[in-house]
Amino acid sequence: MSDHVTSAAPSASESAERESLPGAAENTGAAPGAKPYATYLLGLADDAMVYAQRLGEWMTNAPQIEEDMALGNIALDLLGQARGLYPYIGSIDGTGRGEDDYAMLRDERRWHNVHLVEQERGDFADEMARLLWFSAYQVELHTALTASADDVVAGVAGKALKEVRYHLDHASLWVVRLGDGTEESHRRMQAALEHVLPHLAELFDHDEASVLAADLEVGVLPSTLHDAVVARVARVVEQATLTLPDGSRWRSRGGRAGIHSRPMGSLLAEMQHIARSHPGATW
Amino acid sequence: MSGATTASTSAGAPSEPAPAAPGERSWPLWEVFVRGKRGLSHVHVGSLHAPDAELALRNARDVYTRRQEGVSIWVVKADDVTASSPSEKDSFFDPAGDKIYRHPTFYDVPEDVEYL
Amino acid sequence: MYGNDVIDPNEPLNAAETDAYDAATAHEDQRDAVGDDFEALIAADQRIEPRDAMPDTYRETLIRQIAQHAHSEIIGMQPEGNWITRAPSLRRKAILIAKVQDEAGHGLYLYSAAETLGIDRQELLDRLHDGKQKYSSIFNYPTLTWADCGAIGWLVDGAAIMNQVPLCRCSYGPYARAMIRVCKEESFHQRQGFEILWNLMRGTESQRAMAQDAADRWWWPALAMFGPPDTGEAAKGGHTAQSMAWGIKRFSNDDLRQKFVDMMVPQAEKLGIVLPDPDLRWNPERGHYDFGEVDWDEFWRVLRGDGACNAERIAHRRRAHEEGAWVREAANAYAAKQATREQQQQQKESAA
Repeated sequence: MSDHVTSAAPSASESAERESLPGAAENTGAAPGAKPYATYLLGLADDAMVYAQRLGEWMTNAPQIEEDMALGNIALDLLGQARGLYPYIGSIDGTGRGEDDYAMLRDERRWHNVHLVEQERGDFADEMARLLWFSAYQVELHTALTASADDVVAGVAGKALKEVRYHLDHASLWVVRLGDGTEESHRRMQAALEHVLPHLAELFDHDEASVLAADLEVGVLPSTLHDAVVARVARVVEQATLTLPDGSRWRSRGGRAGIHSRPMGSLLAEMQHIARSHPGATW
Repeated sequence: MSGATTASTSAGAPSEPAPAAPGERSWPLWEVFVRGKRGLSHVHVGSLHAPDAELALRNARDVYTRRQEGVSIWVVKADDVTASSPSEKDSFFDPAGDKIYRHPTFYDVPEDVEYL
Repeated sequence: MYGNDVIDPNEPLNAAETDAYDAATAHEDQRDAVGDDFEALIAADQRIEPRDAMPDTYRETLIRQIAQHAHSEIIGMQPEGNWITRAPSLRRKAILIAKVQDEAGHGLYLYSAAETLGIDRQELLDRLHDGKQKYSSIFNYPTLTWADCGAIGWLVDGAAIMNQVPLCRCSYGPYARAMIRVCKEESFHQRQGFEILWNLMRGTESQRAMAQDAADRWWWPALAMFGPPDTGEAAKGGHTAQSMAWGIKRFSNDDLRQKFVDMMVPQAEKLGIVLPDPDLRWNPERGHYDFGEVDWDEFWRVLRGDGACNAERIAHRRRAHEEGAWVREAANAYAAKQATREQQQQQKESAA
């Protein structure tokens, strides 16, 4: 599993590998000053980072120029959330890594985001279904995290909360318009709610990292967010004259442990290839 | 104010398939007013297209206040703006020209009177 | 940490940061003295506003010019937009998203100005999609490497600003106001491009080569952005004379090109980039740089549609627009339903 690309700080990179190897005892806190909940925060940061990357694909592809701008703003907000967390994670996982070490030099197995955010973007309805769920989740998540025992996490959450409320508002307005618009838009929006379904349960899964972070009162147990998130989405779906689908024959698993779906590899290849082609370069 | 078409004229035909791009019905035009900071009036900054007021307001936020240019936004459907015409300019505005007694500078007061 | 502290933020890097911008944006309303006559207003360098009487040819020329300008912003999102997913650092990714977003915004400011002349944006977009209206030919060149994002910012945006600053005092009010906003924002675009190249030129050997290659490819197309020669013999044809008289063009193509070269050569030296023109040298007698001739055959060929990306740019734009048709239609349908519901609600209330 070792990286093919030279890193600026090989020893830091090696210890990072040990730290985040899936299934390994991740939070031993071996390095001096290390805090054990780095992996939990990496999950939050990676969700925001990967979704920002997907939303960035909409620039020049949105249904109206005004919407190019709106999706660009949301991508910038999420990118900002990730950038707010990565350097802090680097300071508490003992590796001293910077934001680009995390974003550009990590292999797929070391990313901790959920599958929802890495899926290909689909049509506009697919994007709005995903944004509705993800932003509803983020609103509940960041509301809870503003009370985090870690001041940095609470600060990031406080700033993010304002942003994700706007994202939820944006998604809600569009889901209602597509659901209660034309026959075609209703059909597409309903289909989008079905498409996104298998990737939702994972948002609320416990893993070792989230249990530990919750025990330390730094993080929040994902399952505790479930009902409030569903309630938020359900209100919008009802207003949109759509049906909230229930039950899926399969569900995604393992994103938090570095087990990803096929689109993730292509996403990283595109995102990382220039940085990795020029080892040690600054931009 | 300009050649915008209205969106709501063909209500009741929601199930029609989306037409091909040429001849498509435009979203209506909205005029955007931004209050730069508290204490200032809203000022016209431009226009944009949106299907309804809610989205117009949000589009205005993304198009016209990306650099914190505002603390408050108004959007008004361009069709709902009634404007004076340049051809009426003389009869509208010139009659105010000779009523110089409306301005404080019209009045002679002794220089040693304070607070005037 | 990126070494950009060497770029003095107080040193003007483009035309929007010079006195020319301040002069262009200053405007004194003398309409009370001049009156409402179009010719008199133009002669006195006053602003024409949307509902003023104006000759049809003035209106048509403006619609064409503003639309072409707006289309250039919208098509201009593509060459850099396709690097958003590949930007080599998160800082660069954030800057690039914000920049491409600005270009969308500038397109919208300009469509908004065009619409005050009584034409609908949809109609303008249809004309773009059908190839009936043009956009700046510069965007028919491909962006081959990351350094092209730097070269576009530095050279293409630099040239665009040089073109646009004089338009901040164009005779048509809404266009002038849109230009003031655009120029102010574009200044960041040019700076970020300069900074990309600055970092590349101080990076690894392959980074330096990448920067030089991008400058080699973008220099001549950037000079061509000012349009064909229009002084001396060449001035007798084309739109220049009429547009100058109307105050919707303020300097000749050749004057602006010269100003641009004079501004860019010292910046290239600072970057360590060699501009690909063997004839480029300071002429102390003229007080300007002499430079070689743009390949105008290539310019006309690309303008007529035979550039690397002409077909791709329009196809991309058309596809995005067509794929979005059902979304726009849905929003219209929803707005119509809501209006009906509100009407019914009001009727119910007034009946009660």
